[in-house]
Amino acid sequence: MGRLNPLVGLILPAIFLVLWWYITDIAHLLPVNQFPTPGRVWNTGLQLFNNGELFRHITVSLGRVLAGFAIGAVIALLLGTLVGLFRPVERLADPFLQALRNVPSLAWVPFLLLWMGIDEPPKITLIAIGAFFPVYLNLVSGIRQTDRKLVEVGYIFGLKPFALIYRIVLPAALPYLLAGLRIGLGQAWLFLVAAELIASTRGLGFMLIDAENSSRPDIMLVAIITLAVLGKLCDWLLQLAERWLLRWTDTFKGR
Amino acid sequence: MSSLLTIEGVSKSFSGSQIFNDLNLAVEAGEIISLVGKSGCGKSTLLRLVAGLDPVHAGQVRVNDLPITAPGRQVGLMFQEPRLFPWLNVRDNVAFGLSPARKSSKDNVVAGLLEEVDLTDSAKLLPRQLSGGMAQRVALARALAGEPEVLLLDEPFSALDAFTRMRLQDLVLKVWHDYRPTMLLVTHDIEEALYLSDRVVVLGEKPAGVQEIIEVKLPRPRNRNDVQLLELRGQLLAELS
Ligand SMILES: Nc1ncnc2c1ncn2[C@@H]1O[C@H](COP(=O)(O)OP(=O)(O)O)[C@@H](O)[C@H]1O
Ligand SMILES: [Mg+2]
Repeated sequence: MGRLNPLVGLILPAIFLVLWWYITDIAHLLPVNQFPTPGRVWNTGLQLFNNGELFRHITVSLGRVLAGFAIGAVIALLLGTLVGLFRPVERLADPFLQALRNVPSLAWVPFLLLWMGIDEPPKITLIAIGAFFPVYLNLVSGIRQTDRKLVEVGYIFGLKPFALIYRIVLPAALPYLLAGLRIGLGQAWLFLVAAELIASTRGLGFMLIDAENSSRPDIMLVAIITLAVLGKLCDWLLQLAERWLLRWTDTFKGR
Repeated sequence: MSSLLTIEGVSKSFSGSQIFNDLNLAVEAGEIISLVGKSGCGKSTLLRLVAGLDPVHAGQVRVNDLPITAPGRQVGLMFQEPRLFPWLNVRDNVAFGLSPARKSSKDNVVAGLLEEVDLTDSAKLLPRQLSGGMAQRVALARALAGEPEVLLLDEPFSALDAFTRMRLQDLVLKVWHDYRPTMLLVTHDIEEALYLSDRVVVLGEKPAGVQEIIEVKLPRPRNRNDVQLLELRGQLLAELS
């Protein structure tokens, strides 16, 4: 395959849009009050955009995602580094973390609400939990994949343990860490909606619940499309960073 | 006065298979030693023991009368494979080897080394963009950048064409002239061993010890076609077959 214009990624959404438009607006195969037409959703979206409501929800949700993601990722970076580097720490901490990982996300919600109230802290905590595990797991396996031969070069040049970590082990684990960060950010959005669906008065998740209560599927779709676009945008930014940071890798990049 | 590097009664085995049994060798300060022997006889293993990367099972390796228990800057090793850091370009890979004392004049030293190994134009390339021979030259430059007291080179020129190989042999001699490291060099190339070293050490079959030591008492710079070298060459070949 030659180099394709990245815009080909828009072909599928375009087909989807046309199908949606055809089914709802032309063929009338679905009841409009349950499944609004693209035009209706566009107008609603425009309205919400113009009166600033959409923007308000986006800012709140984005703030929560970034805060939760940052907290979860930083803790994962610290813990993952320790667990990856030191077997005793792994024996100590890993079983407990693996058990926590297997708790379904929603199981945390009642507990966090009870413990932290219904404000920002429980939401950000939930998002941080969601972001933590992919970053942690990927970083640990990345550190463990570090080529022993390169570590030996560090020994030969007399690197102190700390220098060994940041000059050899962490760069070698970087591809894994970045993959973990991308998955973690996706998880953060997932957990955001879980948090906002249950207890909030602002944010895209709240928009969904509120629209359900007032039977406004058009607003729901605006929220869903916004989530999709924001999620994609965030991932795209990380992907750009990844491409730049990993330009040294010599891996199969697909045909 | 005792030798700079002493390998005394060293034994080593890997999971039941014994590689060395009671190996002894004393190397004087500033001496260049070539290690030759059949593939798999333990040449790389011996360098790892001297570098302190692997533990000995019996005996001792001493540098300046102090036993080697862990790797350190005093002993430098150029591995048999280039082992470049894939995330660093050529220049930064070479700079990685600099001893703390040379860090202040980093740019000059690295530029000088790149010049010597003929990689000035490739300074910005990443390891994935290098040929085998280029990678080996980077690894050599990185090892030289450390200016260790004991310099261990494991088949440093194996991936190079004959012409480059001769040039880099002379580079190693020049470095040796400049700061007189004690050198242990593994090679498969008998001419190379005789051209470079003061003594050629032949390792025997497993469990290996020193089978033979051939002294090359010729002043440097040597003529590669010296009749005495050719004579020693015959002697060495007989020893190896
Ligand atoms: N880490 C190891 N574990 C087990 N066996 C090893 C290891 N390293 C080397 N050996 C064995 O030790 C022997 C000597 O290896 P090596 O020193 O690499 O030989 P040479 O460099 O002379 O070709 C070989 O038989 C090899 O299989
Ligand atoms: Mg070898």
